[in-house]
Amino acid sequence: MSFLEFRGVSVAFGRYVAVEGVGLRLAPGEFVSLVGPTGCGKSTLLNVAAGLLTPSEGEVWLEGRPLKGLNPVAGYLFQQDAILPWKTALDNVALPLVFRGQPWREAREKALVWLEKVGLGRFPHHYPHQLSGGMRKRVGLAQVLIANPRLLLMDEPFAALDVQTRQLMENELLRLWQEDRKTVLFVTHDLEEAIALADRVVVMSAGPRSRPIGDFPIPLPRPRDVAEIRLTPEFLRLHREIWDLLRGEVMRAHAGA
Amino acid sequence: MRGLRVRLWQLGLLLGFLAWWEWASRTGRIDPFFFSKPSDIALRIARWFGTGEIYPHLYITTLEMLLAFFFGTLLGVALGLWLALAPSVAAVLDPYIKALNAIPRVVLAPIFTLWFGLGVLSKVALGVTLVFFVAFFNTYQGVKEVSPVVLQNARLLGARRSHLLRHVYLPSAASWIFSSLRTSIGFAVIGAVVGEYLGSAAGLGYVIAQAEGVFDTTGVFAGMVVLMAFVLALDALVGRVERRLLAWRPRAEGGEG
Repeated sequence: MSFLEFRGVSVAFGRYVAVEGVGLRLAPGEFVSLVGPTGCGKSTLLNVAAGLLTPSEGEVWLEGRPLKGLNPVAGYLFQQDAILPWKTALDNVALPLVFRGQPWREAREKALVWLEKVGLGRFPHHYPHQLSGGMRKRVGLAQVLIANPRLLLMDEPFAALDVQTRQLMENELLRLWQEDRKTVLFVTHDLEEAIALADRVVVMSAGPRSRPIGDFPIPLPRPRDVAEIRLTPEFLRLHREIWDLLRGEVMRAHAGA
Repeated sequence: MRGLRVRLWQLGLLLGFLAWWEWASRTGRIDPFFFSKPSDIALRIARWFGTGEIYPHLYITTLEMLLAFFFGTLLGVALGLWLALAPSVAAVLDPYIKALNAIPRVVLAPIFTLWFGLGVLSKVALGVTLVFFVAFFNTYQGVKEVSPVVLQNARLLGARRSHLLRHVYLPSAASWIFSSLRTSIGFAVIGAVVGEYLGSAAGLGYVIAQAEGVFDTTGVFAGMVVLMAFVLALDALVGRVERRLLAWRPRAEGGEG
């Protein structure tokens, strides 16, 4: 049985139809990357999976049941900074536990462990504006993971980072994911990132009325190092194969824009 | 070093102005009857505090001001939060709030005196009508400015409505509320003093009105100076609390505080 399933999902904003008739299944513990040209409704699908957006047609099924309201098992890492600027790194990470009724003291102890896991053990009392972009992303990652979500939704989380920081974060993500293999839906417009991380890459067509048009298994061995794996012949072959399909959509998106 | 020089200039400007005033008044270039002179004003203030005759008036004005400040802010913040979180209510009440805010508050003073008598209550009421709108509009704006991403993130992390209020809406509105507090203090003083001026038996406004009644310009100026020092002291106090509570904010380079 699939863990998460889009069944004929369409989303319209007024008369603009962003995605149409999307069918997509994620097996438990599977890491799926969703790639596509800008404006193809990738983020829209994530918002639907998170329960932030109700589809105009179709539904999302979670473990065999249609999803109603906010997705209770999802953690969402946004593209923009989403941590609270008025709380320290430690309190930001502790917050999801406090929301679940744990006392602050206990929540902070556990939060410190998570801060150490993402390499920020030395900065618990820093406010977000005192941290770099990459460090803020780490806080965001710890904040999402501490609640132990079974589904991880990621919306180009590393797009704003420089290349080196980005590869560090990608490896970090893979390391953390390796520990308990959550189901991941990772949205990106960067094909290399998509292949390096995922078990499967799904290609979306250019918007409007966007839908999946290609589904490629990525049989690269794990554990992976995202920087090194890009140089293997297998990676290059996959990249060429998927790019052949994606390029046409990127062209269409540019022609339409 | 630069700070010191600015301070010296500020002090010099003040002393220069006072010296010119004193000199012009003594040599008859300006009429001491209408303009008094700094030494007389200083002596009067010293006498007021020496004999203690100013304390009851200061106490009354402080009481009125603090009550107006407290209740005006409380009502303003509460209603601001409510309307910002309930847009349909805001849509209904919007014209009434605008209409009420359009009334020049001074014209309310006589009616409040009729309703609440010559005592403290009528002045507090006048102050509240002034303070309320400042606090209300700032709180409303502050809540509306909450980043939607931060809000969605908090909701997905499991925040319930009370959590959102406490950890997201209020901290986000805090900087707006604080900037409004400093304006509010001024308004609370205006409410108290204007109320006293128009009809009362005690308070700094009453002292000034009495002095004016007998063409005692020294008394009028002395009353003004005491009021001024008083407001500045309160403003500094609020500034201090603000700095402590808003420690998370990035400080503007070279800016204040």
